Amino acid sequence: MKKIEIEGLNLFYGDFQALLDIRMSVREKAITALIGSSGCGKSTLLRCLNRMNDLIEDVRIEGSVKIDGKDIYKIKSGLTQLRKKVGMVFQRPNPFPLSVYENVAFGLRVHHMAKGSELEDIVGESLKAVHLWDELKDRLNRSALGLSLEQKQRLCIARLIAVKSEVLLMDEPCSALDPLATLRIEDLMQLLKKDYTIVIVTHNMQQAARVSDETGFMLLGELVEFGRTPDIFTKPKDKRTEDYITGRFG
Amino acid sequence: MKNEVVKEKIGFGVLLLATLLVVIPVLLIIWLILSKGWSALSWEFLFTMPRDGMRAGGIFPAIVGTFYLVIASIAFSLPIGVLAAIYLSEYAADNLLTRIINLAIINLAGVSSVVFGLFGLSLFVIFLKFGVSIISGALTLGIMTLPVIITTTREALRAVPKSYREVSLSLGASRWQTIRHSVLPFALPGILTGAILSIGRVAGETAPILFTVAAFYLPKLPHSLSDQVMALPYHLYIVTTQIPYIPENFRFGTALVLVGLVLIMNITAVIIRSKYRKRK
Ligand SMILES: Nc1ncnc2c1ncn2[C@@H]1O[C@H](COP(=O)(O)OP(=O)(O)OP(=O)(O)O)[C@@H](O)[C@H]1O
Ligand SMILES: [Mg+2]
Repeated sequence: MKKIEIEGLNLFYGDFQALLDIRMSVREKAITALIGSSGCGKSTLLRCLNRMNDLIEDVRIEGSVKIDGKDIYKIKSGLTQLRKKVGMVFQRPNPFPLSVYENVAFGLRVHHMAKGSELEDIVGESLKAVHLWDELKDRLNRSALGLSLEQKQRLCIARLIAVKSEVLLMDEPCSALDPLATLRIEDLMQLLKKDYTIVIVTHNMQQAARVSDETGFMLLGELVEFGRTPDIFTKPKDKRTEDYITGRFG
Repeated sequence: MKNEVVKEKIGFGVLLLATLLVVIPVLLIIWLILSKGWSALSWEFLFTMPRDGMRAGGIFPAIVGTFYLVIASIAFSLPIGVLAAIYLSEYAADNLLTRIINLAIINLAGVSSVVFGLFGLSLFVIFLKFGVSIISGALTLGIMTLPVIITTTREALRAVPKSYREVSLSLGASRWQTIRHSVLPFALPGILTGAILSIGRVAGETAPILFTVAAFYLPKLPHSLSDQVMALPYHLYIVTTQIPYIPENFRFGTALVLVGLVLIMNITAVIIRSKYRKRK
C-alpha cells in the first residue's frame, strides 16, 4: 500500500531551486530512509510532507504530494488535520519546557481530543509505546528539560503517538544521541513500524541500511535513485549512488 | 609584553572609572534623600491628610493617588501594548504600513512628556469630556508607556527559540495556540520587565499628570475614576517651589516616599517575574 505519493515536486527558495522534479512513493507501515550529502535537500523534502516549508517566506512549491490519495497542497481548510496526521521528530530533541505529562498532553489539548481520565490514559499509553513509562511514571510532573537526550527524543515521539499521527517524519533523530541510545531508538522504530509509516532522514548510512525498508539517495536536489534498501546498498543502478555509498564523495 | 600589561591595566582602570561614575550619583541621590528625608517619616506623615497649607500633617492622598495612577495606567497599557506587540511581531506582514507603525512607536518613545500632557488634556479631558480625573491621567500615562511595553514585549517574543514555534505548529496547533501556549509563557518574564520599567516612569512623571489629573491640594481620597487626586511627583514640585517656610525634611521625605513606593512596586513585579521564571 502506498501511503504517500510525490509527483513532479519542485521547490524554490526564492530563486534557488532546492528540489528538482521529485517522484517517489512511500509504503505504508514501512520505514523509508532519505540519504545524501549535506545540503542536498533531504530536510526540505521531508518538510514538504507536512507543509512545514509553508512557514518560510519566499518558498514556491510545484507538483503534488498525495497522502492517502489526497493532495495535501490542495487542502482548503487549515493544516491542523494534516499536521496531526503527519507528525515530525526534529534533529535536536525539543520537548516543551513543561512537565513530562504536559508535553504528551499538549497535542491532545490543542486538538481537544481528550479530557480528564481519558487524557491520563492516552498519556500513559503513549509513554508506554516509547518505553518511557517505567522510567518516568513517578516523575510525570517534573520538567521534561531534566531528561536525558534519549528520553527527550522518546518523549517527542510519544507526543506524536498521543495525537494518533499516522506518519512519523524524523529528521536525523539520532544525531544528538550516543551510539547505544541510537540503537535503542532504532529498535523503537522497528516496533513502531507495525502501526506507523516512518520517513527518516539520516547522515548515517549504516543506520539507513539497518532500519529502513526502502531508501532514496538524493544529490543536489535530485532524487537520484529510490528502491529497496538492500538493492540500493548492494547493487545500486546509478553510478552516483554507488560512489556515495562506497564513500567516494559526500 | 610589558606594554600589553600596561595597556590592560589602563583599560581596566577606565572601565572601572566609568562604572563608578554611574554608581556614585545613584548612591549620592539615595544618601541625600535618606539623610534629609528620613526624619520626616512617621505614621502621621505617611497616613494622614496634609494640614496648614501642606506645611504639616501627612502626604497620604498623594501616595494613594500615585498608587492608583500606576495601577490604572499599567492596567490599560500592558494588555494593549502586549497585544499590539504580538500582532506586530507574529502576524503583521513586513510591508510599508508595518514599517510606518514601527517608526511611529519609536518616535512616540522620544516625545517629551509635557507633550503627552497636552495631548491628554485635549483628547481625554476636553474632547472626550472625562474632565481632570484619574481616568484621563491614567490613559495619558498609559499612552506614554506604550512604546516601552511594545518594544520590550517584541524583544521578549523574538528571544523565544524558533524551535518552540516549529514544534507546536508541527503538532497541528494553530498560530494563536502556538503563541498562547508555547511562545507567551516564555516571553512573560521579558514582558514583565517592560512593565517594571514603566512603573518607575509612571510614578515619577509630573508633566503628563499636570493638566490631566493632579490636584494642587485635595485632602481626601478619590471615590471613583472620575475624581482628581494628588500625586507624589507633583506634590514634591509644589512643596519644593510653591510653598515657603516648609520644613526641609518634608520635601526630602516626599521624595523618599516616592522612591520607596516605586521600589516596593518594582520588587513586587520582580517577585512575580521570578515565580514565572521558576515555573518553566
Ligand atoms: N530557508 C531557506 N532559505 C533558503 N535556502 C534554504 C533554506 N533552507 C534550506 N536552504 C537550502 O536548500 C538546500 C537544501 O537544504 P536542506 O536543509 O534541505 O538540506 P539537507 O539535505 O537537509 O542538509 P543537511 O544534511 O545539512 O541537513 C541547501 O542548499 C540549503 O542551503
Ligand atoms: Mg537537514
